[in-house]
Amino acid sequence: MRKAGKVSIALLFLISLLCFTAPLICPYNPDMINLDSIKEPPSLQHLLGTDNKGRDILSRVLHGGRISISIAFIAGFLSVGVGLMVGVFSGYVGGRIDTALMALIDLILSFPAFLLAIGISVVFPPGIYTVMIAIAAVGWASFARLIRGHVLTVKDATFIESSRAIGCSQIRILFVHVMPQCIPLVLVMMGLKLGSYVLTEASLSFLGLGAQPPTATWGSMISANRAYISSAPWMVFFPGLMIAITSLSFNMLGDALRDKYDVRI
Amino acid sequence: MKKYLAKRFLLLIPLLFGITSLTFTLTKVLPGDPVLSMVGERVRPEVVEKIRRELGADRSIFTQYVGYVRLLLKGEFGRSYYTNRKVFDDLLIKLPNTMKLTLGAMVIAIPVGLFLGLLSACRRGTMTDRIVSSLSVTGLSIPVFWSGLLIMLLFSLKLNLLPPSGTGNIEFLVLPSITLALPAIATLTRVTRTTLIEIFAMPFVATARAKGIKESRVNILHVFKNALIPLVTVIGLDFGSYLNGAVLTETIFGWDGMGRFTMEGIIKRDYPVIMGCIIAGTVMLVLVNLLVDVLYHYLDPRIRLYEKSR
Repeated sequence: MRKAGKVSIALLFLISLLCFTAPLICPYNPDMINLDSIKEPPSLQHLLGTDNKGRDILSRVLHGGRISISIAFIAGFLSVGVGLMVGVFSGYVGGRIDTALMALIDLILSFPAFLLAIGISVVFPPGIYTVMIAIAAVGWASFARLIRGHVLTVKDATFIESSRAIGCSQIRILFVHVMPQCIPLVLVMMGLKLGSYVLTEASLSFLGLGAQPPTATWGSMISANRAYISSAPWMVFFPGLMIAITSLSFNMLGDALRDKYDVRI
Repeated sequence: MKKYLAKRFLLLIPLLFGITSLTFTLTKVLPGDPVLSMVGERVRPEVVEKIRRELGADRSIFTQYVGYVRLLLKGEFGRSYYTNRKVFDDLLIKLPNTMKLTLGAMVIAIPVGLFLGLLSACRRGTMTDRIVSSLSVTGLSIPVFWSGLLIMLLFSLKLNLLPPSGTGNIEFLVLPSITLALPAIATLTRVTRTTLIEIFAMPFVATARAKGIKESRVNILHVFKNALIPLVTVIGLDFGSYLNGAVLTETIFGWDGMGRFTMEGIIKRDYPVIMGCIIAGTVMLVLVNLLVDVLYHYLDPRIRLYEKSR
């Protein structure tokens, strides 16, 4: 794999490690209000400074990262799961079922994705599960469409014909022969999509549709602190930097995987 | 051509049917009384009764759906819970502002994106290419609400060049347009580069070069012209991401458009406003994609001639 791909894997590993061990390594409680240390700039006591309630930004960024990264991953796996099932089934079975499923996918893709995610989020009570569902409910469609397209090119291949000839059941052909062919495509898409899911999660949290206060997420930290952009820019800068680095790492990983597997998206 | 257009318009019907079914379903699952959530809670009881009858909230789901679509067609998107104004009337005021912002962003994004993509493709494998590619993948990864705040901090709060927020003439439009343009530039640069590189490898390009045509002429007349079709598709499809980004950008810069209207709706849980914005945004996106399909006809003689020959 390209160097950029390896670097991004290392970065993602490091970010996840820091975020998921946050309760062990953070010197401060992320939600503890300390009115003696309000809006302190980055220093040795508070490496990334403190916010308007004296809470340590570093602790909040790392604790928030657990939520942001988990949501992106779970939403990603949900989208891939549904998208792979629907895409493989639709492409392999064909006929009217295929037409109907594709119409549904076209319908979902005809919405501006983020607006639809907002629409889905507002009907449920705000929280992390709602964000996961909203992202996955919109996201599976693009997976399904690409996977279906790929299955269409695979299903007439000679090795599928031969497995049919030696009497494999349809289910076996579907799961053992067709589905593995989609794995490179799925990996590449997953990399690229996770990058955008990190952004979508942050954006929904920014709009107040994600985890509710006082729980920190990267998006909600920016939203809560944006009034202080002029007097205490670090309160906004560091959470955003984390979003950007995480999303960038996923995107670079996706690009590197695409080059490696030579997949066209 | 006419036949194609007619067919393309007919295809809108099932799509709009699907879109309204989906938004209808969302409205049905919304917390609270669906009728109240459409008309607003401050409405007089007899109006609620009238809408309820019109909606047929006591009748079957199908009748209710028909009533819902009939109301939408009349421009009755419901009333805001808070201002008791018709959402449709507010949308008519806010939509032009969002269009201004979108156009502003496109004016920046299209030339910059095309240029960077062209530059990157022509200098493939060089340092320039690597820098442009890294910048474009970075542009895709930066949240607009963060880049917007940083741009505001730098250009208006520190350098005092432009107003930080508000709605008004062009000086208010510059910073939000740049913010909204950043991810679009990134997308367009990537697609332009990939498309051009593919076309560079085509035999007709080799022929043109073999004939001794100047390199710049080959790039523009032969390569770029053929890249227009995929690029127009991307620019059209990307219209949706402008609408998505507008929610965040307008919120940051206090630009009084549909995006900020959506955000205000979300904060106050003003469901008619949110749903109205989603429907309006989706219909706009559908229409833009229709426009792109029609544009194909003018851009690609192959499609045009194929239609004629039939």
